[in-house]
Amino acid sequence: MNETDPYAGERLKKSPFYLRQEVLNIRNAWAAWNGYKFAEYYYDTEYEYFCVRNTCGTYDICPMQKYEIQGRDAEVMLNRMVTRDVTKIGLNRVAYCVWCTDDGRMIDDGTIFKLASDKFMLTCGSPCTAWLEKSAFGFADVTVTDVTDEIAALSLQGPTSCAVLKKMGLDGIDTAKPFDIMHFPFHGDTLMVSRTGFSGDLGYELWISPTVALDLWDQLYDAGENFGIQPYGEAATNMTRLEAAFIMPFMEFNEALRTVNFEHDQTPFELNLGWLVDFDKPHFSGRRALLEEQKRGPKYTLTKLDIEGNKPAEGSYIYKDKRCTREIGYVTSAMWSPSVKANIALAMIKTEHLEGELWAEIYYEKELRQYNRVVRCTRKQKPFWAPARARATPPPDF
Amino acid sequence: MSNYDAIVIGAGHNGLTNAAYLAKAGLNVVVLEKNEYIGGAAVSRELHEGWKYSNCSYVCSMMRQALHRDLDLGRHGLLLVPYLGTINFGDGDERLFSYHDEQAAHLELKRHSPHDADAMHRFQSDLTRYSQLIRKTLLRTPPDPTSLRPRDIMEFLYLAKQFWKLGEKEIYEYVRFFTMSAADFLDDYFENDLIKAAMASPGIIGTALGVYSPGSSYILLHHVMGDVDGSIGAWGLARGGMGAISAALAGAAQEHGAEIRTNAGVQQVLVKNGKAVGVVLENGDEVYARIVVSNLDAKRTFTRIMEKNDLPDGIYEKARNFKIRGSSGKVNIALSGMPKFSGVPENRYINRGGQGFTGSMETMERAYDCWKRGRWSDDPFVESVIPSAWDPTVAPPGQHWMSNFVQYCPPELADGPWTPEKRDQFGQTVIDKIERYSPGFSDLIVHMEVRTPHEIEQEIGLTEGNIFQGELTIDQLFFNRPFPGYGQYRMPVRNLYMCGSSTHPGGGVSSACGANAAREILIDLRRPNTVPEDDFYDE
Repeated sequence: MNETDPYAGERLKKSPFYLRQEVLNIRNAWAAWNGYKFAEYYYDTEYEYFCVRNTCGTYDICPMQKYEIQGRDAEVMLNRMVTRDVTKIGLNRVAYCVWCTDDGRMIDDGTIFKLASDKFMLTCGSPCTAWLEKSAFGFADVTVTDVTDEIAALSLQGPTSCAVLKKMGLDGIDTAKPFDIMHFPFHGDTLMVSRTGFSGDLGYELWISPTVALDLWDQLYDAGENFGIQPYGEAATNMTRLEAAFIMPFMEFNEALRTVNFEHDQTPFELNLGWLVDFDKPHFSGRRALLEEQKRGPKYTLTKLDIEGNKPAEGSYIYKDKRCTREIGYVTSAMWSPSVKANIALAMIKTEHLEGELWAEIYYEKELRQYNRVVRCTRKQKPFWAPARARATPPPDF
Repeated sequence: MSNYDAIVIGAGHNGLTNAAYLAKAGLNVVVLEKNEYIGGAAVSRELHEGWKYSNCSYVCSMMRQALHRDLDLGRHGLLLVPYLGTINFGDGDERLFSYHDEQAAHLELKRHSPHDADAMHRFQSDLTRYSQLIRKTLLRTPPDPTSLRPRDIMEFLYLAKQFWKLGEKEIYEYVRFFTMSAADFLDDYFENDLIKAAMASPGIIGTALGVYSPGSSYILLHHVMGDVDGSIGAWGLARGGMGAISAALAGAAQEHGAEIRTNAGVQQVLVKNGKAVGVVLENGDEVYARIVVSNLDAKRTFTRIMEKNDLPDGIYEKARNFKIRGSSGKVNIALSGMPKFSGVPENRYINRGGQGFTGSMETMERAYDCWKRGRWSDDPFVESVIPSAWDPTVAPPGQHWMSNFVQYCPPELADGPWTPEKRDQFGQTVIDKIERYSPGFSDLIVHMEVRTPHEIEQEIGLTEGNIFQGELTIDQLFFNRPFPGYGQYRMPVRNLYMCGSSTHPGGGVSSACGANAAREILIDLRRPNTVPEDDFYDE
């Protein structure tokens, strides 16, 4: 078919799970991510969101970029690239990392899986081959391989997720601590399970060869039948990650390598990710600039806001006063949180003004007419959603 | 003998809300509950191992978001999960599916009647308009129409302004709407009987009125004016059952220092020199406080736990004549599997919503005829939900529990008092009705709890088993609730207040009555107000 399809070259790729997703995407709500056809939602965004908070849902992370970094120098190379100390990552452990330009501006964030002393997997939202190869330059024994298409991955998030994996027969999965990796034999292949995710709740990510991807899906959905399993798409993901106060590229940060205007990208300190920057380790990209920034303090600080009223503060400016005379920041993501029952937002606010009053000017539409309100914002220190079960080992069944 | 600032009688959700706000304002509060469990009619009890029934109320839509947020009920464990559509079963093979998705909903209505599919838009707009106005009053104290106090006058002006915004034509329509029957109201819009029946069913739930009785259109509105996260008319389930709402409210109250005592039924309110000073418990203990707040219904408060001689003239009679007719039953069923319904596709979503065993307008009216004659309905209207299809915490995996709300069931039978045998016969009628649409249903039954108005009154203390603590008819609404002249939560005896659903805005798990009462109490005690108003500043 493809040989005769004159549009084959520009059609979206299909995930190894596509055959099952297609059946369940009742609304035909497709979007795209890294060249893959990707569900915006399957049935109903609100429903899917609540599955993640109430039962469990699966989110296709096949389009997420995956790189295998292998060789005697793999660890040093990664340690030179990311801001966190890679030598501290234990075997079969995962670490959340960011990497920056020499100016300390953030290129992307992602996770590093330590699979052997000389073998790592790095995952990230956007393709990163060029930067990885650049970072590997000069190291004698390290190879970088893009394995995005060789690994099918599915994120299973929500309070019943552990119960589903137990039901599926993954004995001992309940002993996995957050950021642990476990391996299980599966259809002649190996299923890798990491206790990671992007929902702020209890959850796991499943990694498998594409050849048995559909078997994994079927077995997972069979096991999950009585535990409220449901696929969810981009829309629900964005809701849950905001409640967990996780950052999203091109929402909270503009990838440094794709930024045109001066300082329209961000530093880890601005994004509240200073804890990921380890100055005690050897030199890494951006070290000098970040050290300076640490001394000086970031210009902006990503701030969690609880906002009066119930109208999402999407695209709002933040002001120092109710009369909106002094603009001090902007909202990056905003929503009404159905679980927290609060009007929440992440905002970049000029650090010097953090301690004072914060006001958001919110625009909203009502039957084609525009209205606006200026409402008070309160800073929150903790993520909006952080249930105890997300950290508990063994986790509860629901 | 112990001394408190406030005693709240009854740990139902409004009593707990009231206590939370009084405690938040710094008062020393005790909540006295007759049962060994809290929650009143918002409870989850494990009567059969592994199953947690929401024994009475079963879905939630009216909970005021502002209170949920302000009391931080999420942190106290409350998660309200909206559920998707409902299947309405006609008398015969007709099935009406209500989908959450707008396109799907329209196509489904069109299948029954293209006319009604279009008319639904106008119906929804009108209902939303009516709802918006009422919603603005929910967390406000009704003004006293005979008072010249600035606060009452200001409140009237506020209402007049809201009313005026409707426009002249809609003002007439609105006034008309309040006195109409659900059937007459729906005839203005729809032609298809099953659509009408499905839309009319909220108009009879919990009330001793039929679809053709004047006043039922307001009941309809009362049931659809709630929302889940701003989606008006949507209904949600509390994760862990309705008891999770009470538990969260209790958590909030206790966090602010309120004390909750169970097994502490109040026998009598103590009145000295015309002032409420405390209560005597059933065990003879006396508890004293500056104020006493009753979360019991108006009839029970004034005829059961108060001395007639302590009341001003006429109050006892008003309470005795308070319209609080029981009309509903509840059958909670534990099931070994998910029931299958005839004429319903194996759609994993639609099967997880609610089931309305609606029949037709005539079936519903005939069901009411039985009630009028002191019998339970032969062919009842049953509104069902299977919460376990959504909530992993209320039944073992793969097994389910089904909540069946039954209309009608009288508090007293024409042929003598309720007996366990009659109760079970009533339960069987409900099973028979479901079995008609779900052959093999009875084989799935593992355990069952049947509740007639008699059980509801005995266990929960709702007079006649009326779920609203008094009919929601216009003579008993707003500033007339519970009685004309007492619409502001202050009762005829000084330092005595009411905070239950017998007060504005009436029945439903809204927490609004309890919160509004707290606001008035704090005004009287000259304390700063801690009770928010609704925070949807615009809809």
